[in-house]
Amino acid sequence: MSKSAKRELHIRVDHLTRVEGHGNIVVNVSNGKIEDCRWEVVEAPRFFEAMVRGRKWYEMHHITCRICGICSIGHTLASLQATEAALGIEVSEQTMLLRKLALHAENLQSHILHVGYLVLPDLMGVGSVVPLAGSHPAELKTVIRIHRLSNVFSDTICGRTTHPQRLVPGGFVKYPKVDELKKLRQGLTEALSDLKEVARLVCLLAERFPAFSRETEFIALKSDQEYAMYHGQVGSSDGGTWAPGQYKEVTNEFCVPHSTAKYTKHNRDSYMVGALARFNLNSDRLTPEARAVAGLFKLKPVCYNSFMNNVAQIVECVHSVEDSINIIDRVLGRGLALEDIPPIKVCAGRGVSAVEVPRGILFHDYQYDDAGTCIGANLIIPTNQNHNNIYHDLQALLPSLLGKPEKEIELGLEMLVRAYDPCISCSAHYLKVKFKK
Amino acid sequence: MSKPRVAIFDFAGCEGDQLQIVNLEEAVLDVLGQVEIVTWREAMKEQSDHYDIALVEGSITRKSDEERIKAIRGKAGILVAIGACATIGGINCMKNFQDEKFVRRYVYGDKAHWYNTYAARPVSAVVSVDANVHGCPINREEFVQVLKALLQGKKPFIPNYPMCVDCKKAGNVCVLLKGQFCMGPVTRAGCGACCITEGAYCSGCRGLVDDPNMDAARALLGRFGISAGEALGQIRLYDGYREEAR
Repeated sequence: MSKSAKRELHIRVDHLTRVEGHGNIVVNVSNGKIEDCRWEVVEAPRFFEAMVRGRKWYEMHHITCRICGICSIGHTLASLQATEAALGIEVSEQTMLLRKLALHAENLQSHILHVGYLVLPDLMGVGSVVPLAGSHPAELKTVIRIHRLSNVFSDTICGRTTHPQRLVPGGFVKYPKVDELKKLRQGLTEALSDLKEVARLVCLLAERFPAFSRETEFIALKSDQEYAMYHGQVGSSDGGTWAPGQYKEVTNEFCVPHSTAKYTKHNRDSYMVGALARFNLNSDRLTPEARAVAGLFKLKPVCYNSFMNNVAQIVECVHSVEDSINIIDRVLGRGLALEDIPPIKVCAGRGVSAVEVPRGILFHDYQYDDAGTCIGANLIIPTNQNHNNIYHDLQALLPSLLGKPEKEIELGLEMLVRAYDPCISCSAHYLKVKFKK
Repeated sequence: MSKPRVAIFDFAGCEGDQLQIVNLEEAVLDVLGQVEIVTWREAMKEQSDHYDIALVEGSITRKSDEERIKAIRGKAGILVAIGACATIGGINCMKNFQDEKFVRRYVYGDKAHWYNTYAARPVSAVVSVDANVHGCPINREEFVQVLKALLQGKKPFIPNYPMCVDCKKAGNVCVLLKGQFCMGPVTRAGCGACCITEGAYCSGCRGLVDDPNMDAARALLGRFGISAGEALGQIRLYDGYREEAR
């Protein structure tokens, strides 16, 4: 028996850092045998589904966007779509285009924050982004420039980066100005070269991503028209599509005692959502520059290395910027109109939405009574769908790390979880690594 | 002289306020130049138990969180609550008005007993708080202003007059006159009436002013056809922990 195989190992990372929310990685190895390897979500549960009961249809997006400060625009859009489906509200083409811009703004902001501020320190071998200000000022300034632009992007379309105010059922209560859109287009065009610089930097460091592979199912929206983000059918890499209203056939939520976040599964033990899932299902619909960046990393579907989710995020940043430039051209080309919200007839009904937000597919399901009061809600957040896949990935990765020094094992496990960009605070329902000696 | 040591913590909340700190971009480097961040789970791996200023986001929703916030209070010379969940309890308090057993069962079904919770409350309901940065989310400039005042040993200026003052200054048409609902007349100012300026109405995320004149507010809202019940429902949206909402 080798030395490593006899090893006693007890890892407990109490509250994984550089993620949103509280989660722990727990590992116990005795006589070289893995006794325990789990991913605990210990965030305080927040009970949004119960809280929104009794609130009015026009308040739902305002409340449910508070589930997450990082993807509050995505929650707003999912919420609006569910309410609009329930009350039979049709929105204009311009509203649809502006909402797609809002989603791209958030995708860019969230992805660059994760890759630039939270993952880059791992690749550079430091504990946070702070030391990079001294060691790599030019690179950090490029990241900050993109991040700031993404915030200006959100402000321009939504009024605010976090918990947007302009988006309501039926449309917008305030519009960006033509000059602002033109200036934004200029900024986005300049950001393309900044993003390619970040891509080249990460590509130089990409050997730090472990050559890990575990076959799993990928779930993401699919559309015949575009790289699906705002709407589409729920699709699986194992084949098949489902209407958003059939989401329960895909998610199959269940509870586990060590996690305040629910788990999901479909065809296999677990499935993955997020940038890599979207890339794996829809890469042929990416914009040309985004496809070129994927080529730089030799990223091809179907990729089963969860660490490559970080690379898929960079690819999607480029896609979001390019597609946004195209959308702005369409909005300006057709002439920006200050449209009124269409008349809304309140009625009883149920509405389900599925929207791709930075961390994956998000479902909102609302039921209203005839006064437009919410009498039932179900919300399935992307990170919650990933927990089970993270758990199975940890189980698959750990044996390959066992011969290494404890700090390296810990870092490898942490990097794996961080690759998912988990947003545990969404938990409404999430991480510790624990080693014992 | 060594720089003040700052630690950032979060409880039940959406972490949107920490995101607002990240969103200071280059300005964050100016602020960081004046202090040393020693603990920030969301952004860095290093952590320390020695800090002078604790910035706390989120509300207290479990008995186990009480021990954690008390330990933080014990170590921090100055404790600042940031964001509506921490300052006034925020939207987490909406569940305080429903039966707790029902709330847990509604979300977790027959596994409800695995998950503990109690009536959500602001940080000040458990430990003393030295300063509040109000809002959902916090306003970046206000956060910097409060932190600067504290670093200079001054008491930060937190407005205690209604949002209508900010709204008039911003040059907005009164939303009540437009026939919409608004919490502005009794809500604490300080955000520049940002929601109204962006075409929405004030939902009261900064909480009520101290000693709000509720009779006058009821009369005013009544004049615009808004019932006391509707107004109470709105107070319960963010400020459900306070006496007037119960």
